[in-house]
Amino acid sequence: MIYFNNVSKIYKDATALLDITFTVEAGEFVSIVGHSGAGKTTLTKMILAEENPTDGTVFFESINVHKLKSKDLTKLRRRIGVVFQDYKLLSNKTAYENIAFAMEAVGKTEEEIASDVPHVLELVDLSHRVSHFPHEMSGGEQQRLAIARAIINQPELIIADEPTGNLDPVNTHEIVQILKKINDLGTTVILTTHNRGVIDSLNKRVITMENGKIIRDTKTSK
Amino acid sequence: MPMTKFKRIIKGGFINFKRGGIVSWAAVLVVTITLCVITLIILFQAVLHFSLDQVENKVDVTVYFTVGAPEDQIQALKTSLEQMPEVASVDYTSADDALALFRTRHENDYPTIQALDEIGENPLGGYLNIKAKQVSEYGDIANFLQSDNVLSLNSASIIDKVDYNQNELVIDRLNTIISNGQKLGFLITLILIIISIIVTFNTIRLTIFISKEEIGVMGLVGASRMHIRGPFMIAGAIYGILATIITLLLFWPATLWLGHNMTAFLGINMYDYYLASFFQIFTILLLSGILLGVISSFLAVRKYLNK
Repeated sequence: MIYFNNVSKIYKDATALLDITFTVEAGEFVSIVGHSGAGKTTLTKMILAEENPTDGTVFFESINVHKLKSKDLTKLRRRIGVVFQDYKLLSNKTAYENIAFAMEAVGKTEEEIASDVPHVLELVDLSHRVSHFPHEMSGGEQQRLAIARAIINQPELIIADEPTGNLDPVNTHEIVQILKKINDLGTTVILTTHNRGVIDSLNKRVITMENGKIIRDTKTSK
Repeated sequence: MPMTKFKRIIKGGFINFKRGGIVSWAAVLVVTITLCVITLIILFQAVLHFSLDQVENKVDVTVYFTVGAPEDQIQALKTSLEQMPEVASVDYTSADDALALFRTRHENDYPTIQALDEIGENPLGGYLNIKAKQVSEYGDIANFLQSDNVLSLNSASIIDKVDYNQNELVIDRLNTIISNGQKLGFLITLILIIISIIVTFNTIRLTIFISKEEIGVMGLVGASRMHIRGPFMIAGAIYGILATIITLLLFWPATLWLGHNMTAFLGINMYDYYLASFFQIFTILLLSGILLGVISSFLAVRKYLNK
């Protein structure tokens, strides 16, 4: 599904990625681990074409994502759900409107929005927060809302970039369980983290990065 | 589906405006200031044009005829002058009318009237009073009066004098003043409008700067450029519409006061002018306000929609 072919990203005075090659199959749950600055976030940005590689190519199925025109890139991004460490919710929209916005973006009707949003909010246990704005919610709730937004359009891939970075152990466990459930339902998940406990609890494929390079790629964390 | 998208964009714009709170109203205030500047310029131009028209109307060229000049030749000259595109009007005062006017003007000047009576016959000739459409065109009219066209009408012999040559210096100076006045007015207008546009653009850019990160997130969740940009542009249009209403409301009592107190000084009743030109001013302000808001928002969002 995802194919990185000798990808490097070099900034003026730093190397973020160096000669990265790996493949992610459809339906896989891949954790990318490494210290801060190891290149995890840059790697996820490459998939979304937020950053262009200095060298190499990134494919989503057969599409070279960095060759896409703006309109086609928008279409590609609709096939990917993204969860960020700092949630990146729309602050002047309520929980309901945050999810509705993602549905409007793919052209869903008002009826579909009215029927699906309460359902997904229930799935992430936020039914009681429908009309709340992000700043009125706790960190764990905001992250669950971000996940609800990421999965609402049934994407083929979920990218979760340090989704538990700002959360306590209880909320971390909840988020990991939700991601696992999403993967069990057939969605490919790429999770970046530096939390060893998260990886141990998953028992899935782990790619370890250091200084912009892949130093280990194991099928299970144990 | 396009209708649904359009409705969503409109709704999004209203929500953006409402939830923007004080920032939205700050933007409305700045657009209002720009529209006030535009309205002031419109009113200033009205005073300027009125004053220049008044001065222009005081300028004319008079052709004095010799005593006893035949009426048909005078009328022929009058007709040919009226046919000139530069000429706005030609008023003929006959020798008899000129005498009557002279007598009225000097009715208290006994020696003059007595001298006139002693002459017995009318010593005055008739004259034509010519007004040009533009001050700059008096020269052309004066040239025409000395040209072959006039000679062919046999009019040269009946013309005693043309006072253009005496007024030439004044007319030329006036012409320069009017032309420079208009140029200066245009330049000031242009500078003020450019400054206002830059200030408004930057204020709207600042209101959108607050949403910079959100614009990026909208792109990442797959929203199209129009879906992201549209609500900001609608909010920009709302700034323009509200600013237009506020500006028109502010100028209503302001022109009323000017009309009551400053008509003699300005030479024009500002309140009457404001009411008479209300629809025109409303259209100019509304279009300027909406365009300013929409274009500023469009450009500001574009900056953050890098990919």
